[in-house]
Amino acid sequence: MAAESHGPMHQFELQRWIPLDVGGLDISYTNSALFMTLAVLATFSLFWVATRHRTMVPSRWQSVAELMYEFVGGMVKDNVGHAGMAYFPFIFTLFMFILFGNVLGLLPYSFTFTSHIVVNAVLALFIFVAVTIIGFSRHGLHYFSLFCPPGTPLPVAFVLVPIEIMSYFIRPVSLSLRLFANMLAGHVLLKVLAGFVISLGLGFGIVPFAAVFGVTLLEIMVAVIQAYVFALLSCIYLNDAINLH
Amino acid sequence: MPQFDPATFASQIFWLVVTFLALYAVIAKFAIPRIEEILEQRARFVQEDLDRAAALKADTDTAIATYEKAMAAARNQARDVMLAATIELKKVADEKTAVVTAEVGKQITDAETRIEKAKSEAVGSIKSIAADTAREAVARISGLSLDAAKIDAAVGAALKDAR
Repeated sequence: MAAESHGPMHQFELQRWIPLDVGGLDISYTNSALFMTLAVLATFSLFWVATRHRTMVPSRWQSVAELMYEFVGGMVKDNVGHAGMAYFPFIFTLFMFILFGNVLGLLPYSFTFTSHIVVNAVLALFIFVAVTIIGFSRHGLHYFSLFCPPGTPLPVAFVLVPIEIMSYFIRPVSLSLRLFANMLAGHVLLKVLAGFVISLGLGFGIVPFAAVFGVTLLEIMVAVIQAYVFALLSCIYLNDAINLH
Repeated sequence: MPQFDPATFASQIFWLVVTFLALYAVIAKFAIPRIEEILEQRARFVQEDLDRAAALKADTDTAIATYEKAMAAARNQARDVMLAATIELKKVADEKTAVVTAEVGKQITDAETRIEKAKSEAVGSIKSIAADTAREAVARISGLSLDAAKIDAAVGAALKDAR
């Protein structure tokens, strides 16, 4: 049991640190909840430290905060346009939440809440439902024209419309699975390689150790890129709902 | 796989909603307003500098225009003064030239009169000398004593022909 509990999947297990039960629903405060809390605190601390002095010429932390603001703001403006700026706080929150979830999860002995499909699925489903509501409230039934771009010849439409409908409904699945698979694979790989370091010992252990080093760098990159991809795809879906074509 | 244990879903979803809402509050009510304040302040600062630069440039342009106008006026004035002076000088010069010309003309006329007088005097003397010489020559050659009036007439005619 001991060997199994420290296998590559052990890191994904939830530990019920503060058991809570509300009406038969288990909402215990777990290690997952702790890292979600840490993501909030890290984001708050970053922006608190960064904007403490509010100087004309930014300090290092202030320029980091400004850079993030302009990066996400630019992403929303470029992909959705000015009408999309109303959703900028949401996209910024989404980006920071996933970014810190991914990056904090790379610390040894930490927990990656984005490696759990249910977390990603809730985020992706929320975006999917919100985008659909925004689309119908802005364009009414005309929003259905999203499935058939103007100028499509009728014979092509018979093939195109089912494909478009399918790709629309597959969005929350691909959005959540992409992040889940990336986080899961990276962490399992790190854990397995790290296990080889122990089993090979001080001599040949240097080979998997070098691999762990390289993969860790790669995973830092993946952590940032996946947060970006999640936010970017949300922007693209939002653009469909706001600007249609 | 722990990911597919439905017993943990409720807790994860609950804390996801709670923390995500908390983070949304942090971002929307704290981070974004503060960063926007900084960016707006910077933009305002830069704009103020640009405005000041534009105002200074306008001032410079006005000063240059004023200078150019003053310069053009001065140049015009200088030309007028010079033109007036030239006309004045030309008038004075003309007057002086006229006076001198008249003076010189008078002197020339006087000199010509004097020369004419001297010339006629000289011609008169030549006549009498020629007459004397002629009478003497006639007397020596022929031994004749001719009438003075006759000789004078002959010499006068000869001189007239020679002239």
